[in-house]
Amino acid sequence: MDERPSSDAPCSLKPKVTDVIWYIGRRLLQMIPVFLGATLIVYLMAFVSSGDPIAAIAGDKPISPAVADKLRAQYNLDKPVVIQWLIYLGNLFQGDFGIGFNGRPIIDQIKAAFPVTFRLAIIAIVIETVFGVVAGVISGLRKGTLIDTTLLMVSLLVIAVPTFVIGFVAQFGLGVKLGIAPVNVGRDPSWQNLLVPGVVLGAVSFAYVLRLTRTSIAEVATADHVRTATAKGLSRGGVVSKHILRNSLIPVVTFIGADLGALMGGAIVTEGIFNINGIGSLLFRAINDGESPMIVSVVTLLVIIFLIANLIVDLLYAVLDPRIRYAK
Amino acid sequence: MRSEPRHSRTLRPSAEHVVAPLDETPLGAVDAVDTTSAPRSMWAEAGRSLIRNPVFVISAVLILIILVIAAFPSLFTSQDPNYGDITASNQPPSGEHPFGTTRQGYDVLARVLYGTRTSVMVGFFTMILATLIGGILGALAGYVGGIFDAVLSRITDIFFAIPLILGAIVIANRADSMNVPMVILVLGVFGWTNVARIMRGSVISVKNQDFVTASTALGANPVINLVKHVVPNAIAPVIVTATVNLGVYIVAEATLSFLGVGLPSASVSWGGDISDAQPALRTQPMMLFYPSMALAITVLSFIMLGDAVRDALDPKARKR
Repeated sequence: MDERPSSDAPCSLKPKVTDVIWYIGRRLLQMIPVFLGATLIVYLMAFVSSGDPIAAIAGDKPISPAVADKLRAQYNLDKPVVIQWLIYLGNLFQGDFGIGFNGRPIIDQIKAAFPVTFRLAIIAIVIETVFGVVAGVISGLRKGTLIDTTLLMVSLLVIAVPTFVIGFVAQFGLGVKLGIAPVNVGRDPSWQNLLVPGVVLGAVSFAYVLRLTRTSIAEVATADHVRTATAKGLSRGGVVSKHILRNSLIPVVTFIGADLGALMGGAIVTEGIFNINGIGSLLFRAINDGESPMIVSVVTLLVIIFLIANLIVDLLYAVLDPRIRYAK
Repeated sequence: MRSEPRHSRTLRPSAEHVVAPLDETPLGAVDAVDTTSAPRSMWAEAGRSLIRNPVFVISAVLILIILVIAAFPSLFTSQDPNYGDITASNQPPSGEHPFGTTRQGYDVLARVLYGTRTSVMVGFFTMILATLIGGILGALAGYVGGIFDAVLSRITDIFFAIPLILGAIVIANRADSMNVPMVILVLGVFGWTNVARIMRGSVISVKNQDFVTASTALGANPVINLVKHVVPNAIAPVIVTATVNLGVYIVAEATLSFLGVGLPSASVSWGGDISDAQPALRTQPMMLFYPSMALAITVLSFIMLGDAVRDALDPKARKR
């Protein structure tokens, strides 16, 4: 099998480094309008409809028009919205996210909260990927059997029950009744403390990964190249890991990249339930207080993370499937 | 899903079996094609296989029940969901209150039944709105192509980059008062991107098929071509996605209400009720159970329906 190109000899088809650099450059260029558009929408949503901020500063006593004009000029409110947004973005790139309502710079608050959410997201992604793919492979290879039906039912149940209900049940059952997990996570949580919230956060995505892997595996398992691999005497494990799994992972990887956004939305709920001081609770507090600068900063940050994650996913495609070339 | 032998029934010219590669279709099966019978459309084939699928039957019956409850909740309870009798607070289940009462003295059964209407309305109309936005943009992007496609695809990417819940929270928080139409609008504006992507891909694959080329060659107007030939043949995966999305929107509405940025607490909604039940979780776990269960069954029904329709429309899955 060494003489002819086969799907387990990707070395011969490895993309050239220059092609990959070209591709990354092109994708980065494509990301720019998406980034600008998404931040503009968030900016408009958070700032434009929020009434007259100068009147809010003044409170009950109206201030003189001269002072109001000076304040407007100071906060750039006399300029068109698009210019305001560009100034805001410019400051953002210089690391100036503005000052939060509590007087602390927003960048400091995000820096303090980010590592916690990052750990939570890592736990969720690892759990959904590992358990989802393993369960999906088992289910897809034994389609129609009892274990497949059971796993499918479990996945449907997890999708149908909202994250916050799973969160409450886990908090109540594991935390309050059994006492094996912390009910409140609190400040500076360890990986162990974040385990249960991470599982809750990843639960819904686990179900989607399971279902995607199952469908994909079942489809690839009947493909010709798999029959050939089996016929030439490869062990079942070799066939599954080299010829079935690798070929069926592309939709799963796509999903996990796109899922990062949903994960961040879910983090608001999970962090609220378990009282975790992460990005999600920061955002939720900002929303309740109407703290627009904080909302825009956090959502902008999440959009950047999301875009980078999807770029990484696109690059992973070639690792999984050498047939995908990074054409110029 | 079904265990019927692979090539036992008579095949018709319209059936996918005929176009399958020869190595997948035994010659006997090709010979068995009844060329004299009238061809049946993809939808008639799908309908036939649907009614024999237990998953479809179960989910369709459940959805029918849910729709009846949503339309006429007063048929199933005589209690008013908005009347809280504070003297009858936290009561266990009884004849008058089959699911008991909440801390505020609301009848739990009535709240669950009337909450169905809110959830189904939000889910259904958001699905319509999102499918219209996504379907039209996706079909145009895929059919017109070129710069137009590039621009529409970037716009889709922009909305895709803002997660549904995050975007909805930011708008919902800004709105002065939330009501059902507002929630539908908010979820619709951020929930259409996956429909658009699927419609675009589906339209691109259909528009290059021979029958569309033939229609163009015969001088069909591009608009008529798109509406009469391309869209009807490209819509199947969109219908599947829309059905599953309906469940997703119901969960999203509940999440918004749970976070306190969705429907106001005065309205009857499962998400709001679950949120209200949380403080009493230790003493009255059933208060949390009933609305959660209703939500789970509703979402499950729509996901199962979507699965069954996908299986029916996919001839490969149907054969197994």
